[in-house]
Amino acid sequence: MKSLVNPALSAPTGAPPATTAEPRPGGRQRAAELLQRQGVLAVLVLLCVVSSFLFESFATLDNTRGIAIQAAFPAIVALGMTLVIVTGGIDLSVGSVFALGGVVAAWASQYGFLPALLLPLVVCGAIGTLNGLLVAKAGMAPFIVTLASLLGARGLLLALTHEGAKTYLVPRGSAFQKLGGGAVWGFGYPVLIALALFALGGLVLQRTSFGQALFAVGGSGDAALLMGLPVARTKVLVYTLSGLLAGFAGALNAARLSSGVTIIGVGMELDAISAVVIGGTLLVGGAGSVSGTLWGVLLLGVIQNLINQIGSLNSSYQSVVSGGFLIVVVVAQRYLSAARRGT
Amino acid sequence: MAPPEAAAAQSAPPGPDGPRDPAAPPTPVLEAVGVSKRFPGVVALDDVSFTLRAGEIHALVGENGAGKSTLIKILTGVHRPDEGELRLGGEAVAFHRPHEAQQAGISTIYQEVNLVPLMSVARNIFLGREPRTRLGLVDFRRMHRETAELLGGFGITTDPRRPLHTLGIGTQQMVALARAVSVRARVVVMDEPTSSLEPREVETLFRVIGDLHARGISLVYVSHRMDELYRICDRVTVLRDGRLVHTGDLKDTGRVRLVSMMLGRELARVRKEAAAGSPGSAAATAEPVLTATGLSRRHLLDGVALDLRPGEVLGLGGLLGSGRTETAKALAGALPLDGGEITVGGRRLRRISSAAAIRAGISLLPEDRKAEGIVPGLSVRENIVLAALPRLSRFGFVSRRRQDRVVDVFMKRLRIKAASPEQKVGELSGGNQQKVLLARWLCLEPRVLLLDEPTRGIDVGAKAEVQTLIDELAAEGLAVLLISSELEELVEGAHRIVVLRAGAVAGELTGDDVTEGALLTVLAETAPQAPAQAGAETAAADARRAAPDPAPKAAPAAGGGPADVPDQAPAAGPREEDPR
Repeated sequence: MKSLVNPALSAPTGAPPATTAEPRPGGRQRAAELLQRQGVLAVLVLLCVVSSFLFESFATLDNTRGIAIQAAFPAIVALGMTLVIVTGGIDLSVGSVFALGGVVAAWASQYGFLPALLLPLVVCGAIGTLNGLLVAKAGMAPFIVTLASLLGARGLLLALTHEGAKTYLVPRGSAFQKLGGGAVWGFGYPVLIALALFALGGLVLQRTSFGQALFAVGGSGDAALLMGLPVARTKVLVYTLSGLLAGFAGALNAARLSSGVTIIGVGMELDAISAVVIGGTLLVGGAGSVSGTLWGVLLLGVIQNLINQIGSLNSSYQSVVSGGFLIVVVVAQRYLSAARRGT
Repeated sequence: MAPPEAAAAQSAPPGPDGPRDPAAPPTPVLEAVGVSKRFPGVVALDDVSFTLRAGEIHALVGENGAGKSTLIKILTGVHRPDEGELRLGGEAVAFHRPHEAQQAGISTIYQEVNLVPLMSVARNIFLGREPRTRLGLVDFRRMHRETAELLGGFGITTDPRRPLHTLGIGTQQMVALARAVSVRARVVVMDEPTSSLEPREVETLFRVIGDLHARGISLVYVSHRMDELYRICDRVTVLRDGRLVHTGDLKDTGRVRLVSMMLGRELARVRKEAAAGSPGSAAATAEPVLTATGLSRRHLLDGVALDLRPGEVLGLGGLLGSGRTETAKALAGALPLDGGEITVGGRRLRRISSAAAIRAGISLLPEDRKAEGIVPGLSVRENIVLAALPRLSRFGFVSRRRQDRVVDVFMKRLRIKAASPEQKVGELSGGNQQKVLLARWLCLEPRVLLLDEPTRGIDVGAKAEVQTLIDELAAEGLAVLLISSELEELVEGAHRIVVLRAGAVAGELTGDDVTEGALLTVLAETAPQAPAQAGAETAAADARRAAPDPAPKAAPAAGGGPADVPDQAPAAGPREEDPR
């Protein structure tokens, strides 16, 4: 493989030039960076350890499986959201698209496994592409574009189900139903699929040119453009991916529930955004990680689970706790970012 | 001062694409032929041709709005010309995106470092063309190794994994440069690369430029710093108001001539006497109402000192980027300072802030009246009384009668032409808008008036009127600081002129010396720093601390003062490393 670096340039010329060394960042900055990156994981582990002492049913295999299957679907949605937010955008349509994907999959499941899997991907991918085109080519604000498709997708869903009166069922015993209901060692297929997608997502974000372009677009769109990166294409692709993932998660959920439930997914986009931000991805874009999002989703899942464990507490308080946590994280990030800059 | 090797290098083929016949004229690498570019309301470039020869360093100069940036953006594919064409190696090309220009071997380093701050050094350098492993994944190990090699060649050691924003601005600039040249560039365009560099960093940059030059890479170098231009450039192109003024060898173009071409003042016209008249001489003896000493701000100002007397118009001259606007802002408390003292009427300002300055009686009419002053949707009356509202109100209620009285006085006195005080300011002409702003500040009864380009963008008639107004205000005892890019306006309007250069006072013209010729000479010739830091605005800091009297009052006539001797000592002279 030929070197990308102009060989002549790396060869020393003339007198050896005086070396300019940049000072290394201090320990405090590095600690802040580590905390910013892995802080959620630390909180998650701490919470789990404490909970397993407080509630004897918490650290059981059954409960773990329960948390995992609950978290699998929002996790897949949040994965797509992570990629969008890294580019400095936002995708509010994922909740509606999630529900739409489920209904489309349930309807298509009567024609077999492949239609049930592919049709929601086509429909939801198209919605994502439309979002991306409006954001990248028409220069519209992501918030507005995806708010519109949030409404649009929900409307489409209601039209398909006759105002929600008709519920499509997944045929019993079909291969598609097994995709949602099957399990390995008690862990449902959706959990394994979500883990695989996160591994893939991490690889794409950190180790591919596309991933680098996502960071660049979010970090400084102008610079990315001047550096000759395909900014518009990257944006279209990332919204498409978000739509695909949300639709796929919806299809999986329909398979698990054996029906296309129309009323789910409301407010799911906000949970996804919370998980992404709690996971350390900057809402303004340019920095973030897929693993952080996974921890963020799990953290929200564990909090929900704990509130259920307490029993006496109304489960609606889950949102209050998550909301409070979100604020703590955002404030902490401000401080950590300042510490990293060494100010 | 281009050494003969440079000429040799020019005719020598820089690569396989170069001319085979040594006698043939140097092949243009990149040409813009008859290029025009219009933006809404502005002709940014008007039939400009630009030729970059193989292996040369070509200076591109001009004042604000001359069209340099537009030309660069056309050369690098950011803009497309409305008319004319680009030729690369003799063949017509059209770049639709920056990417295409880069593919063609044209790399650009923008004035502001245009990289992604949160990403690592290596990622920034290889963004968009990352090396891959056999699995198609980004090969970070190789990326980091090659980044270290690349930067090492520039004399920079830094961890390629570090986020870019943790590096100094100079090192960031080097990273941008490394990126630019590592794409096998044939042409590197640099837009004011030294404007935010420390002297030491400037030296490193020049060494790298020398390296590039030695490899036959052609460079377009945009800068306002005469010393830098004369040190490293072969040829020069001067733009003014979107038109081509001059192209030629730099060594055949004297500094004064270059500056006069940039500013559009011909030497033949400069023998004009100062129109200042008597008030100036009367004012010369008065106690200063404002004294500023040691105004300093990193990269912008370096120990500016000046005083203003009541009844006098003090002109503040200097080329673009010399710190004129910054000085005015500093005096008005609108620029946070690293150091310096401001005394108004014998009392030192303890905290320098906008509020303190206004309380002390200093008013600033900013350069960009649209962005920093006028509220176009409000009426003339509302705009005038805006700053004076606290004075015109009692218990939070504004007396309309008092407002009307004040507005009436100023509309008459400043001859503001508006249908009524209730007309929206946005509907007025530029000159009247400027007068409304002036009225707003005069309402506060200031002792010192700072005017930054008060006549920019207003028509000739209104211009004369504003200038007359300035004279009248000074005659009434106000101390006026006048900033203007137009030599004529400065020379005719001011009793005394302080010339800034690189954020420091480079000279002062008084009495009979207030002529365009003298001003031009000071603008072009003052080079007070030691040559190692020559031209670097930031140089100022070190150089001046070392030298006790670093900014001699430049005698206008003395073209070759001691300050003007360029030191050839530093081996960093780029061309000395030419391997051929």
